[in-house]
Amino acid sequence: MRSIVNKRVLAGVSLSTVAALTLTACGGSKIESTDAADSGDCGTFTIAINPWVGYEANAAVIAHVAETELGCKVVKKDLKEEIAWQGFGTGQVDAIVENWGHDDLRQKYIEDQKTAVSAGSTGVEGVIGWYVPPWMAEEYPDITDWNNLNKYASLFETTESGGKGQLLDGDPSFVTNDEALVKNLGLDYNVVYAGSEPALIQAFRQAEEKKEPVLGYFYDPQWFLSEVELVKVDLPEYQEGCDADPEKVACDYPVYDLDKIVSKSFADANGPAYQLVDNFNWTNEDQNLVARYIAQDNMSPEEAAEKWVEANQDKVEAWLPQS
Amino acid sequence: MATTTMTGASTRTTPRRRITKPLAVVGVLALWLVAWTLLRGQDMLELPRATLTELHHWLNDVNDSVGASRNSNPLFLYFFNEIRAVMDALVTFVQGLIAQPAYGRPVPVLGWLGVVALASYASWAFANWRVALLAAGGFTLFGLQGLWQESMDTLALTLVAVFVSLLFGIPLGVLAGVSDRFHRLITPVLDLMQTMPTFVYLAPLTLVFLIGPASATIATLIYAMPPAIRITAHGIRSVPGPPVEATDSFGATRRQRLTKALLPLSKRTIVLGVNQTIMAALAMVTVAALIDAPGLGKTVIKALQTLDVGTAFNAGVAIVVMAIVLDRVTTAASVRAEQGGGELNPRIRRLLLAGFGLVAAVCSYLSYTYLWASEFPEGGQLGEYLSQGATTVTTWAQHNLADLTAAVKDGVTIALLNPLEALLAESPWWLMGAVIVLLAALIGNLRAAAVAAVCVGLLVGSGLWNASMVTLAMTLVATLLVVTLGVVVGVWMGRSNRADRVIRPVLDAGQTMPAFVYLIPVVALFSVSRFSAIVAGVVYAAPVAIKIVADGVRAIPESTVEAATAAGSNTWQTITKVQLPMARQSLLLATNQGLIYVLSMVVIGGLVGAGALGYEVVAGFSQGQLYGKGLAAGVAIVVLGIMLDRIARAAAQRSEPAPSANQT
Repeated sequence: MRSIVNKRVLAGVSLSTVAALTLTACGGSKIESTDAADSGDCGTFTIAINPWVGYEANAAVIAHVAETELGCKVVKKDLKEEIAWQGFGTGQVDAIVENWGHDDLRQKYIEDQKTAVSAGSTGVEGVIGWYVPPWMAEEYPDITDWNNLNKYASLFETTESGGKGQLLDGDPSFVTNDEALVKNLGLDYNVVYAGSEPALIQAFRQAEEKKEPVLGYFYDPQWFLSEVELVKVDLPEYQEGCDADPEKVACDYPVYDLDKIVSKSFADANGPAYQLVDNFNWTNEDQNLVARYIAQDNMSPEEAAEKWVEANQDKVEAWLPQS
Repeated sequence: MATTTMTGASTRTTPRRRITKPLAVVGVLALWLVAWTLLRGQDMLELPRATLTELHHWLNDVNDSVGASRNSNPLFLYFFNEIRAVMDALVTFVQGLIAQPAYGRPVPVLGWLGVVALASYASWAFANWRVALLAAGGFTLFGLQGLWQESMDTLALTLVAVFVSLLFGIPLGVLAGVSDRFHRLITPVLDLMQTMPTFVYLAPLTLVFLIGPASATIATLIYAMPPAIRITAHGIRSVPGPPVEATDSFGATRRQRLTKALLPLSKRTIVLGVNQTIMAALAMVTVAALIDAPGLGKTVIKALQTLDVGTAFNAGVAIVVMAIVLDRVTTAASVRAEQGGGELNPRIRRLLLAGFGLVAAVCSYLSYTYLWASEFPEGGQLGEYLSQGATTVTTWAQHNLADLTAAVKDGVTIALLNPLEALLAESPWWLMGAVIVLLAALIGNLRAAAVAAVCVGLLVGSGLWNASMVTLAMTLVATLLVVTLGVVVGVWMGRSNRADRVIRPVLDAGQTMPAFVYLIPVVALFSVSRFSAIVAGVVYAAPVAIKIVADGVRAIPESTVEAATAAGSNTWQTITKVQLPMARQSLLLATNQGLIYVLSMVVIGGLVGAGALGYEVVAGFSQGQLYGKGLAAGVAIVVLGIMLDRIARAAAQRSEPAPSANQT
């Protein structure tokens, strides 16, 4: 008896649920299939996205222009530099749009394997060096000369620095001569490896907030500099070739002309997307602006790029393929 | 009780031997200290950051030649490329079902309504209605957090990785369960798969399997498959003898014996293996995002670039929730597999199965056809609340606790870490190596000493001896903290059901929240330091140790504890004289597991200032020239793990016979 009642109840419940669901559905709009919008001769264009915001700014603007002006289908792949370069040879990456030096990778992929070529400067200049938070530069004005660093070494002592001053290094992806520099300049410091960019930025941020001393490796352009304007310490000036022997380096880092690297086959095909990448050129200020939209105003890279492109039509015009 | 154990044991073993062992250990330590003061700083085998040894160069060359031969080598053309194609197809297929636009549609085949309905239905069908509700709630939460698509991408990748892991893992596990030789053969391979840092093989994987879902899935399953193999093997091995013998006595073939006796009887354990495989796969979500794996991991990594703790936390919560849902569902399914359906009349159940199945099918159809059921409605503000909340808490902690936490950091570093590191890393390598081997022989056995000697040799050979000793010092301090926490919190949880209910979810979160989410807060509180690395290790490892101790304490028969209380023991005496000694096996297991988990965080430590091996691995991943050195550092971590594990096991075995001798 009971089981029959249960059966009926159950059947009723499920039927009414189904009916209710179907009824509510009737109001909604249906999903229509989209035909793959075939667009011109651009085809698919794959950009590697290296993991820092300035890079993302370059890539977002290039991708936006490629999509809206050239009708390309842009694929973004989040990759570290090393793996992105590796992707040229396998045809999985078309372009890297901000490259910091990387002489070893140039040698390997441009000279030896011949899978990559440079597509010229981005117009952005990269500066690497040692920085202190602004409050320190104010309180100890002569600290920005490396000759005085030993005088202040005890300020920078931490539990990690083995009784000497601490020089904080960040993400190991970046070129660093810091251990050799400390040794060759006779500085009373030890290099401590933060190991990642976020840890380094957090250290600087906190140092400025709490007026604590920090000396660290940093670089410009970087979105964080528009939050806290770190002050660069002058090392002995860079001369051509003074960094030839990594063991004997005793000079500042060179100013890097940040360039674009593309895969050989992408360049040879010489399509509109390649011409865009080849022509792309802007300034540190442009990049900082877009990076600030992303990092501080919490815009998505797409929104940030759109906003910048709308305000800078003349610059964008100049990048488009001439046909 | 304790005194009888002592006397009982000492009458059995010769008194002389009993006394010389601890004395010998003290003697070795004393000699070591003396030698250290005399020889400190000699033969430390330090290797500057940028310097590579022959071995490191050779490893670089091997890596390069693999890359260069990619397009001509038949191994690639007919083997790796095929694997890659199958994997890519699988992942793309599942993504097309639940995560990504596919088949010419602007949305995936199944929308949110369909996925929620199917997930709840499956949870109910395989487990019970309670976890079905949990599944429905959890999946809806992803949508409310504004992370529906990311969550589905992660789920798709996880499902494929788990599927492939089980496809190969369970048969291999069965084989390891029935064949001792295969078991011996595969154990070290599994050790390697589980302790080798992922960063070491990410780059080579993209070389072999290219950038894409295949590499991400394979990276995940390298880490996720071992639990499936191990636990299946364990399940088969621990099937009690009589039922198997009974089957044999009926003249069953080997095949029948397997399918009729071994497999059914180890069903529950095997489902537990599935559970552990899922957990391991989810642990890889963020790391796989470093090679373009889609999903929640990407959100975490991107947020980290702008130090956006809130957004990272939001995505981290989604990962934790996914892990908890899948964990509870599979655990409940394993209980059901053992105990059967339970209360419901099978007829009604069949009816309900059909009824709810129909509802789920209709939901799926709706989500296939209508936009509202396909794309999760926007306007769920939950994600924003979560990230704002997390940001507020972090900022508050940073402003109000930083002085206190800095004092803790300085205290532990100066009083414990620095002296220990000086002792380990500044001893000449031959002295330190001799001490390790001697201690292994004294507290373990000769076999452990032999393993230790080989390991010391490997560490020296890796060219990273000094870095290994620095890492060892951090690992020991972290393990000490983990065990302390494990005992304190574990005993508390074991004694109080309420504490257990409150704390357990926190432990689950600690185990599954990706470390990348809490890197910034940890640095904010403990600055860039080795102690930050230790804290990261403790957050990850303590939950395991606590759970093991809690289960151990709980397993003690209630009557024993009651007897102690009746005999007039106060709480403290009950804990120290009865519960802890009786949970000794659990304490040992907790120490061992704590240690392994701490070691698996060495690389994360490298991202917050640990230096040493962790940093070398990260650097090797970031810079091609340092690849070989990073690989050597990864191997050094594995070797440290094996060495400590084998010594600890030998020590545990050695101390084993004492209580049993007392019983006879």
